[in-house]
Amino acid sequence: MTASLLQVTDLQAWYGESHVLHGVNLTVAQGEMICILGRNGMGKTTTLRTIMGLLRKRSGQITFDGQDMMRAPLHRVAHAGLGFVPEERGIFATLSVEENLTLPPIVAPGGMSIDEIYDLFPNLAERRKSPGTKLSGGEQQMLAMARILRTGAKCILLDEPTEGLAPVIIQRIGEVLVQLKSRGMTVVLVEQNFRFASKVADRFYLMDHGRMIADFPVSDLTANMELLNKELGI
Amino acid sequence: MTMIFGIPLQAFMGQLLIGLINGSFYALLSLGLAVIFGLLRVINFAHGAQYMLGAFAALLLAMYGGVSYWVALLLAPVIVGLTAAVVEKTMLSRLYKLDHLYGLLFTFGLALVIEGTFRYFFGASGKPYPAPSALSGASNLGFMVLPNYRGWVVVASLAVCIATWALIERTKLGAYLRAATENPSLVQAFGINVPLLLTLTYALGAGLAAFAGVLAAPIYQVSPLMGSNIIIVVFAVVVVGGMGSIMGAIVTGYLLGIAEGLTKVFYPEASNIVIFVIMAIVLILRPAGLFGKDV
Repeated sequence: MTASLLQVTDLQAWYGESHVLHGVNLTVAQGEMICILGRNGMGKTTTLRTIMGLLRKRSGQITFDGQDMMRAPLHRVAHAGLGFVPEERGIFATLSVEENLTLPPIVAPGGMSIDEIYDLFPNLAERRKSPGTKLSGGEQQMLAMARILRTGAKCILLDEPTEGLAPVIIQRIGEVLVQLKSRGMTVVLVEQNFRFASKVADRFYLMDHGRMIADFPVSDLTANMELLNKELGI
Repeated sequence: MTMIFGIPLQAFMGQLLIGLINGSFYALLSLGLAVIFGLLRVINFAHGAQYMLGAFAALLLAMYGGVSYWVALLLAPVIVGLTAAVVEKTMLSRLYKLDHLYGLLFTFGLALVIEGTFRYFFGASGKPYPAPSALSGASNLGFMVLPNYRGWVVVASLAVCIATWALIERTKLGAYLRAATENPSLVQAFGINVPLLLTLTYALGAGLAAFAGVLAAPIYQVSPLMGSNIIIVVFAVVVVGGMGSIMGAIVTGYLLGIAEGLTKVFYPEASNIVIFVIMAIVLILRPAGLFGKDV
């Protein structure tokens, strides 16, 4: 295994007085796609938001690409190479599709050009002048992902990209993820859609009440089905 | 004599022009308030004081530095903008975490301190500030005589309003600003320095107020209370236009200025309250303002 790109050790986080992460440990290698599974309210989204620095009441260690992310102010995190696609997608209504796409600053060379992105997502090219939130849910999800691909981020934190979308769109997102993987992108995926995740991820973390309770590669998936059934109710 | 609605054309056009000039100041000031409120969620009660500071900056620069009107028109907004940036960075920015009421109270207190200080040193009476010689005199437009300086005020205010609108709606910096108005923490997570953006925005809003102050100096004279006289009307303009709406602030500023001017022609007794009557009607029919989005 290559050196880890993202290393999270004993991460704790609080929403006000409420203690939500109870010592999360997570390691992601360069070019790896991991998926965090778990029921609603177990801390998956919180884990991503805490790594990103959006949740500041936290303790533990987060190292990304050799840098200590616990000390970085929120607007420096992206410049280290971490890109974030939030669960609610975060498309801006007062910005056009193209303005949404070019909003995040380029943080490193090697990101996709606008033309490459429009080749990958032809729908976005057609509607580049429309307000961002006039797009369909699927198109908004594509835009939220495309926007990070442009920045040259080394690692994408992707929160429930398939939520509320039609099967044909989910398949399209799966294809895009496979393409990203072939370009060497590192992905931390949070998913409820287990079938979808099992097709794209290299490794799984299972989360329960604010900590990771299991960690296994995709090859051990069948061996862990009983645990997954019990934890996820699938 | 040509008549319009039973009023001599000259009187009608004269009041229309006064309305347009007042509207120019309303538009510039409410634009700055709307820009600040949009991003900072602070109702900037110091806006009138910043307008007054702009006028005083021009006056003091002329008295002690011999600085001309044209240089002051650029320099005064920069000085007031920089001062506002320092105030935002060292004081106002500490209040964002708290209830929005604290920002309002702080800027209100700041306005009292600034105005009180200037009253102490300069008294309450107005000081004359001469219009630049290039704009002295008047032009005969055929139907009325237009003082050149007043024509310039309308043109300059319109140009600055359009430029500010274009900055916000058409540039990259404006896109950051609009996005940060919607979701500041996500914009910051994308790697944009939002605290800096907030400082720049406050400075921009204060700079616009100072620009209006310099424009106003030759017309209304320079006095420590000039800001508190106009700011109440400007708040009414912002309420009518819709909080945080850039275009709304500009258009409503001119429209209400004209409405006020025309009321002076048709029913002078109501001219001081017409803006507040319109505000009350708008609040009843469209609480979010003419251009505001329903929350």
